[in-house]
Amino acid sequence: MAKKKAEHQTDTDYAQDPVNAKLSAEDKIDLLRQMVRIRRFETVSLKYYQQGKMGGFLHLYIGQESVAVGTISLCGENDHIITAYRDHGHALSVGMSMNECMAELFGKKTGCSKGKGGSMHYFAPDKNYWGGHGIVAGQTPLGAGLAFALKYKGLKGCCLCYLGDGAVNQGAYHEALNLAELWDLPVIYVIENNGYSMGTSQERSSAHPEIGLAARAEAYGMEWDQINGENLYEVRARTQVAIDRAHNEGRPTVIEIDTYRYKGHSVADANAEKYRTKEEIQKYMNEHDPLTLWKDQLVSEGVVTEDDFKAMMKEAGEEAEAAARFAQQSDFPDESEILDDVYWEVDNDTEAGNTGRHFFH
Amino acid sequence: MREITYRQALNEALDEELARDENVCIIGEEVAQYNGAYKVTEGLWDKWGDKRVIDAPISEAGFIGMGIGASMLGIRPVMELMFFSFAYVAFDQMMNNAATVRYMSGGLINVPIVVRGPANGGTNVGATHSHTPENIFANMPGLKVVSPATPRDAKGLLKQSIRDNDPVYFMENTLLYGEKGPVPENDELPDGELLIPLGKAEVKKEGADLSLIAHGRAVITCLKAAEILQAEHGIDAEVVDLRSIRPLDEETILESVRKTNRAVYVEENKPFCGVGAQIASMIQEQAFDYLDAPVLRISSIDSPAIYSPPLEKKQLPYPELVVERALSIC
Repeated sequence: MAKKKAEHQTDTDYAQDPVNAKLSAEDKIDLLRQMVRIRRFETVSLKYYQQGKMGGFLHLYIGQESVAVGTISLCGENDHIITAYRDHGHALSVGMSMNECMAELFGKKTGCSKGKGGSMHYFAPDKNYWGGHGIVAGQTPLGAGLAFALKYKGLKGCCLCYLGDGAVNQGAYHEALNLAELWDLPVIYVIENNGYSMGTSQERSSAHPEIGLAARAEAYGMEWDQINGENLYEVRARTQVAIDRAHNEGRPTVIEIDTYRYKGHSVADANAEKYRTKEEIQKYMNEHDPLTLWKDQLVSEGVVTEDDFKAMMKEAGEEAEAAARFAQQSDFPDESEILDDVYWEVDNDTEAGNTGRHFFH
Repeated sequence: MREITYRQALNEALDEELARDENVCIIGEEVAQYNGAYKVTEGLWDKWGDKRVIDAPISEAGFIGMGIGASMLGIRPVMELMFFSFAYVAFDQMMNNAATVRYMSGGLINVPIVVRGPANGGTNVGATHSHTPENIFANMPGLKVVSPATPRDAKGLLKQSIRDNDPVYFMENTLLYGEKGPVPENDELPDGELLIPLGKAEVKKEGADLSLIAHGRAVITCLKAAEILQAEHGIDAEVVDLRSIRPLDEETILESVRKTNRAVYVEENKPFCGVGAQIASMIQEQAFDYLDAPVLRISSIDSPAIYSPPLEKKQLPYPELVVERALSIC
């Protein structure tokens, strides 16, 4: 039965969950460092965006770091990741370098997509990271497809397919849910619910707000869960349940992770402090910041000190600035490269690629 | 040589590719237990089973997108659209995802998918089921568009499309499914199988006086028109079949026009920015000095597909119309 959207319970000690109990001090510090690196990458990219060094949109992940870091930290060899346009955090979490990510923002050939994708379109298939997709919910059938391929090949794995709270009203998402449950696909839809689909709050965009968004999975007979994103232990423990279900039963799950973005929908969002109050934003930053809360947790466990944390922030800031220097010093793609990467057969100089005219400019 | 139908030719292509590569699978509405809405996949589910031939719910955006995602990870799905008109339901997946993911990833990903199905008018099913989107999809770099007119081409092009490592949108025609034509047995072929490359046009009938250039069923219309032109007017028309629209074999077209000095493009597509517009532009640019007359285009009458059966026959190009227009420049 549908649960009412509950106040997040704090009485469960997720630290004792097996998936967390096995974490070493180094593991915990690494999770903190990953979140810190995302935050610093985003603040530095914002700085250069505002200096006019980048084109297009910049959708920042600041405030949501625990979602990508917590969930992706659970992934193994045959687990795959696909997300929407707010994709920098996932990219760094799968192990992409700041250099390639920053250079992509600057439109340089050293970028992860050779400057052809931009902020919304990061990819690293060698790290099981399939983008980086610009159209809201457009990636959700693709996520089902990655899971379909795993099942077809008989591999024990899953696909973590991320979407925002605004994406749940797109038809493609519902079609993907139906297929996932109908065909027992090992896909986990992770709704990163930051409360706003661009400037429209959840209450103004999604029906039946009192039960939350993940609960719609029930219409398809699918398991679902609602997770407090500010608690990294909880994110990991409860996401693991879905991963186990995918791995062991080949079945899908929808999980909704409550989170918050401090910045606008994109940096171009002029109304970021109009459709929500400054006080609301400040409250989240002061009381619900996942990075601060995880740091405090680790301080209380005696794993890090405040000084360690400050050093980590400084180091990540320097890494991001170095990435920006790398990006600025890199070349733009050559004009001759505009036509590369359109057709596999052309790029690989095959007989098919050399038969008939492919380009018509 | 034996003669089989266009439908059987497609069926053979699918069967052979299922046998060749275990990553090839067929997904679509009614393709498995129902044996295909147009029976193109008849018998394949019985032979290959649930894993390889999969009935999808009526959910084009979902299952086409799913196929695209699976192809990124090395599966080679052949997706059937019961009507290519339903591509419009899956448009975001087919245009934004299949066509651009390679580019936006800087070449890290490819999408070896085939989306196939009938893309034609002329069957009195009204505008929603009669779309001819070959020009729309051929407009998008990253996509390939194929439109076979004969059983032989249908088989050879489909097999090649399944082996292609880029997304191929393979547009068939329900009015051709039952048409028979010569298709060699595999043991009659030097390589033991029929493969026809994309990007190779074919001269379906040689001629000296006029080039009728076409794709899809309009090729058959042109062949009939050529017979009338010869018999009644002593005009020897050449018929050039594009077979694949993108990639495009320009040289075969130009060679024909340089020989005949007159060209008419015939298609069942709509005229505005149709395939014929591309070809006419190419001919005037590259064979201007050879032309003795303006390049003509014959296409669908420019309204949505009309239902009324006798009128729909008139809406699409028919042999007598091609003859009439051809005579105007001969």
